[in-house]
Amino acid sequence: MNCHDKAHRLIHTYLDGDLSKAEEKILSSHLEECEACQRHLYELKRTITLLPSTEQVSAPADFTKNVMQKLPAEKKRVTYLRMWKAHPLVVSAALLFIFMISGVFATWHQDSELVVSKQEGLMIEENTVIVPADVTVSGDVYVKNGDLRIDGSVDGNVTLINGRLIEDEPRQGEPLMASVGEVSGELKQIDQFFDWIWYQVEYVFQNVFRF
Amino acid sequence: MEQVIRDKIRQVKKGDQSAFEDVIAFYQDKIYRHCFRMIGNAHEAEDIAQEAFIRAYINIHSFDDRRKFSTWLYRIATNVTIDHIRKRKPDYFLDDKIKGTEGLDMYSRLISNTPSPGEEAESRELQRYIHQEITRLPPKYRSIIILRYIEEFSLQEISNTMDIPLGTVKTRIHRAREALRKKLRYV
Repeated sequence: MNCHDKAHRLIHTYLDGDLSKAEEKILSSHLEECEACQRHLYELKRTITLLPSTEQVSAPADFTKNVMQKLPAEKKRVTYLRMWKAHPLVVSAALLFIFMISGVFATWHQDSELVVSKQEGLMIEENTVIVPADVTVSGDVYVKNGDLRIDGSVDGNVTLINGRLIEDEPRQGEPLMASVGEVSGELKQIDQFFDWIWYQVEYVFQNVFRF
Repeated sequence: MEQVIRDKIRQVKKGDQSAFEDVIAFYQDKIYRHCFRMIGNAHEAEDIAQEAFIRAYINIHSFDDRRKFSTWLYRIATNVTIDHIRKRKPDYFLDDKIKGTEGLDMYSRLISNTPSPGEEAESRELQRYIHQEITRLPPKYRSIIILRYIEEFSLQEISNTMDIPLGTVKTRIHRAREALRKKLRYV
């Protein structure tokens, strides 16, 4: 087969599409007079045409899912960022809610110290705030973590948080408001956490809509 | 599509794992098929193809954005397959029945008087034979033949994919063609 070696090389070069004009001439003139090489070329061409007819297979149904499960975990930071990108409104709202709740919670548990709004005439004895009998306090009174006794009168609203309204002579069967005739505005008592949240929300809204 | 994949890869590089899901979905058939043709059985092909994608994900930062992702992926898949072939017992696949084809034996073909199932079986028989002959080639020839004639890569693409010089690709193709010619000349 030595005499055909060169021809075989040219045949493969031809099959790779790299044949120059000169080589093409050499090969075609050789093929015209050499039946063995013709046959060789024919067999190679036929082999190539047979090849693409192998089975068409597809990846198994849950291939992608299986690979995804085997991948090493991504960084947490990226997960959050991706969530943010996918649902910006939901995530923002959730974050705002968390901050708000935690803020409210923090102020709720901040202290158990007595907090009183500053007004002329208010007296403080231990944990009780007193509006003396002959005094009219002007403006809203705010008492937190303490009790309140109103002997005089308040010209405004009274907000009482975590405390009791002390009455000198508790009158049976009468509602609390009866002894607070001296409060010109609203009297609010808050001692539940949810009331506290509600109060906060109200406060925020009042401020938002107060232009 | 090329651009879509490019964007997805960028997202993966930033650490977004979910973007890789679309990349797998897009290439899974091509890569699985490539592994299947090289290895010759479905179960192993699945394992190898999975490993190829996992390796691609882990090494995504070493992928150069300016190149074709598919080329890079094929290279990984080919290397994983060749490693796998080298590790296992050399004669293993010779006795291994190719799954996914029902074995119709000679008797059923003789009894059958309708021509079409017979012809179908014959062509399936031929396909199986060709497939078997391909898997009998040494791995380095096998991968090149599959890339060139079944997946229709250009010689230059094969050179890029396998990371070997163009001349070497040609030499191996010539040898592989000759080897297959001898096997398939009487089919």
